[in-house]
Amino acid sequence: MTEKRIIDVDYGKVETERMRINMGPQHPSTHGVLRLEVELDGEIVTEVVPHIGYLHRCFEKSCEKMSYPQVIPYIDRMDYISSMNNELPFVMGMEKLLGINIPERIDMIRVALCELNRIANHQIAVATFGLDCGAFTPFLYLFRDREMILNLFEAVSGGRLLYNYFWIGGLMNDVPPSFKENCLDIIKTVRVTNEEVMRLLIGNKIFEERTANVGILPADVAVNFGVSGPVLRGSGVDYDIRRSEPYSMYDKLDFDVIIGKGEIGTLGDCFDRNIVRMREMEESCKIIEQIISVFPDESSDVRALVPRRVKPPKGEIYSKAENPKGELGFYIVSDGSVNPYRMRSRATSFVNLSVLPEISKGYMIADLIMILGSLDIVLGEIDR
Amino acid sequence: MEYFKKIYDGLATTAEGMKITLEHLFGKKVTNQYPEIYHPITSGDMPPNSRNRLFVDMSGCDGCNSCAKACPVQCIEVETVRVSPDDENIPDMNNGKKRKMWVTKHEIDFAKCCFCSLCTLVCPTEAIYMTQEFEYSEYDREKLKYNFSNLSPEEVEEKTKMFQEYQAKKKLEQEEKKKAEQEAKLKEAQPEETKQEVTVSKTVEEKPAELSAEELEKQKAREERRRENERKRAERLAAAAKDKEE
Amino acid sequence: MEQNFVYKLFGDGIIMYSLFVIIPLTFLLIYALIAILGELKIASWVQDRLGPMRTGWKGVLQPLAEVLKLMQKEDIVPDAANKPLFNLAPYVMFTGAFAAFAAIPFTMNFVPAHLNIGLFYIFAVGAFAVIGIVMGGWASNNKYSLLGAMRGVSQMVSYEIPIALAILSIAALAGSLDLQEIINQQSGGFWNWNILGGNGSLWKVLVIPFTLALFIIHFVGGLAETNRIPFDIPEGESEIVAGYHTEYSGMKFAMFFFAEYANMFTVSALITICFLGGWQSPFGDFLNQPLMQAVWFIGKSCFLVFVQIWLRWTLPRLRVDQLMYVSWKVMTPIAFFCFIAISVWSMLR
Repeated sequence: MTEKRIIDVDYGKVETERMRINMGPQHPSTHGVLRLEVELDGEIVTEVVPHIGYLHRCFEKSCEKMSYPQVIPYIDRMDYISSMNNELPFVMGMEKLLGINIPERIDMIRVALCELNRIANHQIAVATFGLDCGAFTPFLYLFRDREMILNLFEAVSGGRLLYNYFWIGGLMNDVPPSFKENCLDIIKTVRVTNEEVMRLLIGNKIFEERTANVGILPADVAVNFGVSGPVLRGSGVDYDIRRSEPYSMYDKLDFDVIIGKGEIGTLGDCFDRNIVRMREMEESCKIIEQIISVFPDESSDVRALVPRRVKPPKGEIYSKAENPKGELGFYIVSDGSVNPYRMRSRATSFVNLSVLPEISKGYMIADLIMILGSLDIVLGEIDR
Repeated sequence: MEYFKKIYDGLATTAEGMKITLEHLFGKKVTNQYPEIYHPITSGDMPPNSRNRLFVDMSGCDGCNSCAKACPVQCIEVETVRVSPDDENIPDMNNGKKRKMWVTKHEIDFAKCCFCSLCTLVCPTEAIYMTQEFEYSEYDREKLKYNFSNLSPEEVEEKTKMFQEYQAKKKLEQEEKKKAEQEAKLKEAQPEETKQEVTVSKTVEEKPAELSAEELEKQKAREERRRENERKRAERLAAAAKDKEE
Repeated sequence: MEQNFVYKLFGDGIIMYSLFVIIPLTFLLIYALIAILGELKIASWVQDRLGPMRTGWKGVLQPLAEVLKLMQKEDIVPDAANKPLFNLAPYVMFTGAFAAFAAIPFTMNFVPAHLNIGLFYIFAVGAFAVIGIVMGGWASNNKYSLLGAMRGVSQMVSYEIPIALAILSIAALAGSLDLQEIINQQSGGFWNWNILGGNGSLWKVLVIPFTLALFIIHFVGGLAETNRIPFDIPEGESEIVAGYHTEYSGMKFAMFFFAEYANMFTVSALITICFLGGWQSPFGDFLNQPLMQAVWFIGKSCFLVFVQIWLRWTLPRLRVDQLMYVSWKVMTPIAFFCFIAISVWSMLR
C-alpha cells in the first residue's frame, strides 16, 4: 500500500518551500543520542543528514596508553548491548599474534556465551522496533526473558551488562556448575516467547502494513555501502562470516544462515530485516543446544594459558567476527611493547547508519522512524 | 477479493493478539517488590562472584601500588610512608609478615570505577576485593571518593615525622660513622706520614677562621654599596607614595 | 401562557435541575479516578507486572496521587501563545464530553433532559472535542502541535461518518431518535438487543451479520474519536513530540486527561444504548428495578471501556494515510451497505 512517492512535482506558480526539521539528540525513537536533520516536502522525506559524535569517548586514543588486558573493559563499552561479542574478535586477534592455541572447552564456553548474547541483542532489537511502532506489550515480554539471560551472565562473570570475561589466552573464571541447566531453561523460555511475539506483533496486520514495502534496500546498494549482518541478509545476500570464514568453533556446528525472502512486501524492506532477526534467535538456540550436548562437566583451569605479561611481537592483524549487528573488526598494530601502537575498530553500526539517507528518500516521516529502528544501531559503537 | 481478505486478516490478527494479552492478564506476574518484600542479597539471588563495590582490608594492604597501576581508568590513589623501626607499636599484617609501609591514603573514586575487577586480581595479599553491596548512591559526587586508610591525619603526620626523624638520625649516624672511620684511618696512617698530615690539618682548621686583608676590604665595599642602594630605593618609594597622595 | 423560563429555573425546580447536573458530574469524577486506576493496573497485568502497589492498599490511591501531583505543578503558558484560546481549550474538550450526559438515560426514569432527538444531540455535541483539539494545537504557537492537531482533526472528522451511518441504521431500526424509545424497544432479554437484530420474529437472524458489522464499525470509530491506539497519531509519535497537548502542564493537562477518559465513557455509553440494550437487564424482567438498571448500564459501559483499554496495549499504531484508508475505503462503504440492508429489513418488518 505504500508506494514511493514522486518527489519532483511541478507546482507551477505556487510557491513551495521544503521544511528542515531537526530530530534532536534527545529523542524517544532514535536508539541513543543521534541527531537527524530531515528535509521534508510536506510529509515526504527528501533528505536525511545524520549528525553523530555526541557519545565520543576517545577509546582508540586512550587504548594506546594501556596494556592489552586493560583495553578489554573499554571494548566492552562500545556496543554495550552485546558485550561478549565485542570482546571475541579482539581476544582472537591477540591470541593469533601471540601464537596461543586455546583448548576446546574454552572455545565452547565462548561460543555459547556469544550466542546467548546474540539472542539478548535481537530481543532488544525487536522489542524497540515494536515500541517505535506503538506496540508496548512485546517490549516487556522480551525484556522479561532477557532478564534470565542477564542473570546467567551475572552468575558466570559477575557483571550483568559489561563483563570483562574473555581474556587473552582464556577466560577470567570458570562457569558455575548450574551453567548447563540454566542454558536449557533459557532456550525453552525463549522459544515460547518468540512464538508468542510472532503471533502478537509480527503476524499483526497493522504491523505488516507499517513495515512492508518500507525502506527497501536493494542488494547491490547494500553491498556497495558495506553493510553487514541482518541488514545485508534481509536484502537477500547470503553472507555470514560464521559460514564464509569460520572462526573459533563455528565450522563444527550445524546451523542455517537466514536470508530474507520478501514474503510480505518486497525483498529488503523493514519486515524482512525484522523476520531475519526473529529467525536468527531460533538458530542461536540450536547452536547452544549442540554445544550443551557435548559440553564436558569437569572444570578446568581457564587461566592456564593466560600470559603474565602480554607483549606481542611486532606486527599487525585485522580480526573480525559476526556481531549480532554485523561485522565487527579490530585492526591492531603492535610495536613490540606492552601498549598497542594503534587499535582501530571497524564498528558495525557506523557503516549500517551510512545507508540511512539512501533508503529513506521518498517515504513519510513515520516511516523514517521505522527504518531507523530496523537498522538496529547503537550509538556507543558509532561514536566510540 | 484482496480487499475482503485484508479486512478479514485485520480482524483475525487483532482477535489473536487480544487472546494472547487476555491470557497474560490472568497469568503470573514477574515483579519482585523491592526492597521490603524481596531483596537480592538476602534472598540469595546474588551470585558469589558478582562485582559491586570494592573494599580494601587495611590490615592486609602493604602499599605495593599494583591496584593503581592495573586500573584502566586510574581511579585508585595510594600514598605510603615507610615504617621507621623506632616505632613501638607496629601491628603485623594479617598474613603474618612484618609491615614495612604505612598506607596513609588509599582513595578509590567510585564515580570513575568501571567494576572490571582487574585490581582484585593483581593484589598480592588479596586485601582488595569486591563485595555484593550495590546500594551506595550519594547526593554529592565528592562523597563517592572512599578513603580506606585507617590512619587519622594526626597519625599520618606523626608517622611522617617519625620517619623523617629516623632518616635524619640515620644520616647523622652515617656521617659520624664516616668521620670515625676517617679518623681511624688517619690514626693508623699517622706514624708513616708526618708533614703532609700537619698541613692537611692546618688548612682544615684555618679556613673558616681568617679572611685575608684584601678580602675584608672587598667585603666592606660590598656592604657600603648595598646600603647605598637600599637608601636610594627607600627614597624613590617615598617620593612615589607622595605623588600618589597628591 | 408559557411559564417564564427563568422563573422555572430559580423556582421550585431549582433543586431538581441542580441535581441533574451534579449527579452526572460526580459520577464522571468518580468514574475518571477508577478509569485511571484501571488503565494503570490493566496495562501492568497485561505486561506481566504488578503496577502501582505502594500508594494505598495495592495502589488504589494512585489516581488521587496523580491528580494531586498535576494540581500542584506550575502552570506554564508560552509567551507567544494565544492566551484566551490556550486557556479555554481543555475546558472546551471536556464540555464536549460532558454535555452529552444531558441526554443519556441511566435508568428508566432518570434522564436529565428527555429530548426526542437525543441520538442526534449526542452525536452533534461530540464535535466539541474536535474544536478543543484545534484550539489547543493552534494556540500553542508550536508548529509540531499544530501539525498534530491538524492530523487529529482530519482523523476525528473522517471517523464520524461511519459512526453517523451506524447511528442512522439504529434510528431506522427503532423508528425514532428518542433514546428511551430505542432502549424500550430492546426490552425482554438479550435476544432482543439491537446487536442481535432488535426485537422481531425469528427471521431477524438474516440481519444479525449486518448489526454485528455495524457494532464493530461503531466501536472502531469510537476508538478513533477518543484518539486511542491504534489511532493515536495526534498524541503519539507525531514528529517526536506529544502532539496538541505538548505545551500544557499542571491543571490544564489534567483537564485534557480527564476529558479523554470522559469521552471514552460517552462513546461507550452511546454504543451501549444503541446496540447493547442500554439499562435493560439481559434476563428480561428479572433484576430490572431502577437501581439495578443503573448498575447494568454502568456495567456494560465499563466493559466497553475495558475493551478499549485492552486494545490499546495489544495493537501497534496506524500511520496517517492508512488511517484514512481504513475510514474512507473500508468503513464507510460497508456502513452504507449495512444501512441499506437494515433499512430494507425495517421496511419489511
